[in-house]
Amino acid sequence: MNRLSIELPGLSLKNPIMPASGCFGFGKEYGQLYDLSLLGAIMIKSTTLEMRLGNPTPRVAETASGMLNAIGLQNPGLKGVLEGELPWLEQFDVPIIANVAGTETADYVEVAKMISQAPNVKALELNISCPNVKCGGITFGTDPEIAKELTRAVKEVSSVPVYVKLSPNVTTIVEIAQAVEAGGADGITMINTLIGMRLDQKTGRPVIANGTGGLSGPAVKPVAIRMVYEVSKAVNIPIIGMGGVTEVADIIDFMSAGASAVAVGTANFVNPFVCPQIIEQLPAKLDELGINHISELIGRSHRL
Amino acid sequence: MIIQDRMTVTSQQQIAHNIFEMKLNGKLVGEITSPGQFVHIRVSDSFEPLLRRPISIASIDQDAGEMTIIYRAEGRGTTILSQRRAGDEVDVLGPLGNGFPVEETATGETAILIGGGIGVPPLYELSKQLTAKGVKCTHVLGFQSKDAVFYEEEFSKLGETHIVTVDGSRGTAGFVTTVMEELGNEFSTYYSCGPMPMLEAIEKMYAGKKGFLSFEQRMGCGIGACFACVCQTTEGSEKAYIKVCSDGPVFPAGVVAI
Ligand SMILES: Cc1cc2nc3c(=O)[nH]c(=O)nc-3n(C[C@H](O)[C@H](O)[C@H](O)COP(=O)(O)OP(=O)(O)OC[C@H]3O[C@@H](n4cnc5c(N)ncnc54)[C@H](O)[C@@H]3O)c2cc1C
Ligand SMILES: Cc1cc2nc3c(=O)[nH]c(=O)nc-3n(C[C@H](O)[C@H](O)[C@H](O)COP(=O)(O)O)c2cc1C
Ligand code: FES
Repeated sequence: MNRLSIELPGLSLKNPIMPASGCFGFGKEYGQLYDLSLLGAIMIKSTTLEMRLGNPTPRVAETASGMLNAIGLQNPGLKGVLEGELPWLEQFDVPIIANVAGTETADYVEVAKMISQAPNVKALELNISCPNVKCGGITFGTDPEIAKELTRAVKEVSSVPVYVKLSPNVTTIVEIAQAVEAGGADGITMINTLIGMRLDQKTGRPVIANGTGGLSGPAVKPVAIRMVYEVSKAVNIPIIGMGGVTEVADIIDFMSAGASAVAVGTANFVNPFVCPQIIEQLPAKLDELGINHISELIGRSHRL
Repeated sequence: MIIQDRMTVTSQQQIAHNIFEMKLNGKLVGEITSPGQFVHIRVSDSFEPLLRRPISIASIDQDAGEMTIIYRAEGRGTTILSQRRAGDEVDVLGPLGNGFPVEETATGETAILIGGGIGVPPLYELSKQLTAKGVKCTHVLGFQSKDAVFYEEEFSKLGETHIVTVDGSRGTAGFVTTVMEELGNEFSTYYSCGPMPMLEAIEKMYAGKKGFLSFEQRMGCGIGACFACVCQTTEGSEKAYIKVCSDGPVFPAGVVAI
């Protein structure tokens, strides 16, 4: 019996660990370092209809136990991803979750329709939460009504289940979660980055060219855990949790809070082998906790 | 091949004001293919500071399995690195990127190597490899002031070496371009690493000459996955953008829009 397997809409995961969107490109670079078939799934970089060149540099800044980024959704565009990136990933035994972004509903719909037909794309992750683009992105993620309508429009055209990626930059995240559930979302992924800013000591000006950036890394984990906890109590669709994961203990926390699977972002930059290492360490961790199958962890925090 | 190696510090020495020379031993050295490649160093096993630091490979000794890095201890990360002692282990990812093409200068030809501040280190291994194949190297090395100067003697052993300091406290006063003007255009290739304004001035001055420039950019992953380190290319280039970490850090003159 595989103690780590998890079944989610569209996704048969051999283990619940996957790299988060934007922190793993389209797999090629980390594929030089280890066998990508070890992973539960791969969330690829956000894909937009047209190629995007992203924001000016500097695009990243280090902060206390974290980092800010304002990449600006740089990607080769739908055609580039379909022709140049996804076919290469077919050699691996790993489901791909395609992250879809846009500036208006029509873009999202077009990208979702086409990319969901790629043979190895088993689910979509709708990015309604990118803080780093001028229009679209986060505006879809902060208004429940708009989030619901977008989810519905994408569900209509997608050939695979649709997960919606939530922004933590809202007053009540539960409201948005319930809205996308009502719009027909098959699952939720959370959290995207928290909007932040770092200033240069000498000039007093923002370090990141874009001014603000999205905060990620260990610093955001408590916020992410709280939000997964709240949302998992309020919806009946599964959650893929993320935010600040660096080690196996963090997986236990996210799943206990209510996540069914966990994504790892920033930690890949610090330790490129973090995903396979966590996967390898999970069985011993389950033994230590006296747990037979990893699914027993899901939502432990809610039980009396 | 890129590997993650726990390398052993074999020596650590301060060689100028805030400038440290560190020697590291490990199997990563066997993977280095060209001068100008860099490594991504995790300065602490904790997550504070979080990100790795990109540092150029300054010298390689394949027989000893040893490489040298030279860095300025300025911010949080490099200051922690400067406290490591011989015998300590350091987590190093590399070798990364594409270095300077030694093959672009033929035996018997001349090359001019121009470095500014912490851009000087990778030119040392480059000069060693060029002179070993019979290329005549001239070095122009720029620093802030005399206490920041390092490796003058090492470079002098390999070829003609001009030191320039902004305040004139050592060598010529001014910028590297001051010396370059005097040296003229009688060389086949130029190679350079240093701050952006310096690279810009060099590219202008040597317009039409064959040259290779090494760029710096803030990094996340260091291996090409995160799009943090991107530069715009000039019009007419093959690619719309390039990544300093995996397409560079060295590019032929004229490719990067500066
Ligand atoms: C390809 C490459 C090769 C380099 N080679 C050398 C070398 O041989 N010797 C040397 O002294 N320095 C080199 N640098 C610059 C070196 O990376 C920075 O000085 C160093 O990262 C600063 O870290 P810190 O802890 O001192 O500063 P902090 O202020 O703590 O750094 C904060 C963050 O900003 C980044 N950062 C700050 N300054 C720079 C910079 N100039 N370039 C890129 N990232 C920066 C850091 O990596 C870190 O993520 C190189 C940079 C690149 C991109
Ligand atoms: C450099 C960088 C780029 C990112 N790009 C994207 C992206 O393109 N699309 C997206 O939905 N999330 C993106 N994210 C957010 C991550 O997927 C993740 O939600 C967030 O970083 C929190 O997880 P972490 O703390 O483990 O990094 C990016 C994060 C980083 C650090
Ligand atoms: S640092 Fe991540 S792509 Fe260059």
